[in-house]
Amino acid sequence: MPAALRTRRGVLGIIVLAFVLAVAFVGPFVAPHPIDVPVGPPGSGPIPGAPLGTDFLGRDVLSRVLHGGVSVLTVAAVSVLLTYALALSIGMFAALTRRRWLDTLLMATVEVLIVLPPLLLLLVLISGVGTSTAVMVIGVALVLFPGAARIIRAATLEVGTTGYIESAISRGERMPALMRREVLPNITPMVLADGGVRFLGAIFLVASLNFLGVGSQPPSADWGLMISENRQILQTNPLALLAPATMLALLTISVNLLADSYAHTLGRSGAGR
Amino acid sequence: MNAELEQDPLAPVGVAAPPAARVPRGSHPVLRFLLRRCAVGFLTLAAVSVILFAATNILPGDVAQTVLGKEATPERVAALRSELHLNESVVARYGHWVEGLVQGNLGDSAVQVAQNAPDPSVGSMIATPLVNSLILALIASILIIPLALVLGTIAALRAGKSTDYAVSYGSLILGSLPEFVVGTFLILLFFNELDLYPPVALVPPGASPLDNPEALVLPLLTLLAASLPFGARQVRAGVVESLKEDYVTVARLGGIPERRVLSRYALRNALPASIQAFAQTIQYLFGGIIVVEAVFAYPGLGNLLTNAVLTRDVTLVLAIALVIAAVFVVINIVADLLVVFLVPKLRTGLK
Repeated sequence: MPAALRTRRGVLGIIVLAFVLAVAFVGPFVAPHPIDVPVGPPGSGPIPGAPLGTDFLGRDVLSRVLHGGVSVLTVAAVSVLLTYALALSIGMFAALTRRRWLDTLLMATVEVLIVLPPLLLLLVLISGVGTSTAVMVIGVALVLFPGAARIIRAATLEVGTTGYIESAISRGERMPALMRREVLPNITPMVLADGGVRFLGAIFLVASLNFLGVGSQPPSADWGLMISENRQILQTNPLALLAPATMLALLTISVNLLADSYAHTLGRSGAGR
Repeated sequence: MNAELEQDPLAPVGVAAPPAARVPRGSHPVLRFLLRRCAVGFLTLAAVSVILFAATNILPGDVAQTVLGKEATPERVAALRSELHLNESVVARYGHWVEGLVQGNLGDSAVQVAQNAPDPSVGSMIATPLVNSLILALIASILIIPLALVLGTIAALRAGKSTDYAVSYGSLILGSLPEFVVGTFLILLFFNELDLYPPVALVPPGASPLDNPEALVLPLLTLLAASLPFGARQVRAGVVESLKEDYVTVARLGGIPERRVLSRYALRNALPASIQAFAQTIQYLFGGIIVVEAVFAYPGLGNLLTNAVLTRDVTLVLAIALVIAAVFVVINIVADLLVVFLVPKLRTGLK
């Protein structure tokens, strides 16, 4: 979406994001040590061979930081895709269906799901079914899709008043084709603008679950998990907290800068077309 | 956690959407509005209880087995199963739960029952943490409302100037950060570097968190940092909208002093938007409190919830989630009522 790069903050965002993605996806190949083998005494500051020191079990912090971004980024990205698979089909269907009661029912469900904080719903779900990557992906999509579905429904209703939808219906276009050919291309800019914020939300949720200890499980390396694990060596090697916290901060800030920039350019050029 | 996501960009900012209910003669419109909102709130809670219960029961996992661990004897598991009514159907169990709720009984903690604790009731477990969390949330809310109002208004009045950019960029960056990342940075700064405040906010049993206010500083700062940007942006948007209104232009053209234009016309009419924003900010804050309490080991409801999830104490998790949902519904009703009281225009709209 080059539109997002038309502002200064958009350019800044893409540069920082590129750096974070490089660390996350190239990092595992250049990490000097394996993530689960001690290289020195626990909680030590920088030593030769471990420029960021060691963690609470004596493992290399730098290597674990280089490995620690893949899972949060992948889980967040996949759950956002799933979010939109759900939100697009439900949102467009609710707006286009002739059965008004179905629309009412779907939207009432969405309203109820929005009442609760997403993290709370996720925690309830995990307490019931346990935790795993699949549970996180599905859970995050389940808590994020209601907000997206509501917005997509509103956008579809707006598009629905235009002539080409009417004519598509009158020439007998079926619902799936109507959604894909007539509605989707016209609400794409809106969906992209919303998608950036939604992706940020997914990163928030996944990282928070990992931090709370109900997401990624030890001994895997993950930025959120590292922060909670290394709390006990806060005083001997603060770098073990500072490094993963900085990576997460750069990630969320850059995604938000890009999303904000895209939303702005949309606002300025009318509906973004 | 991310109430920001739920902002519908297509919805007009801060419209209170008063229900167009027909009022029979003799009944007070505000009272009727309150009753209506309470009924909707109650229905919402009922629906939430179904969703929460379903979320913990969709998979045939066995709470008794999970809580007791793999080494437990089959007899012990069977005994706990019958104690927790796990042999009954899902519908029957939901019925039991709701029956208890109606009588004010939140149920028994599965872990406590398994450990033969003298008082396994959830009610006695969550009383103190609930008070602790409310203290934290209340102080944060009291700090956040004036700050958001001032920052948001200043940014709106200076829209497009450097002050606005500072507030907007600052809140954009600060608002991007997950609570536990902000908390970690604050700990590293105020504990490691400056040695001013403790990195944990432990409260000894029987003591009040207010006995040791120093320990509350970092949790509060974290909550503020995480929620203030959201609040300030919402207020800014509301004021910017109301400054564009015709009546503001008319008032200015009529020669009314700018200060009075702002206070009487622009800001007054930005109030409903701001109050809705505060309701959302406070809800956002409640979502964040779960993580913030974990960061600082603060003995509140959020920490109890996280631990209950880790021990798979489903009954305790359900009870806490329902209590938090109830708090949310109440915040919404109070915000709607405040809007109606403060904005005369909307009060007539009730009829």
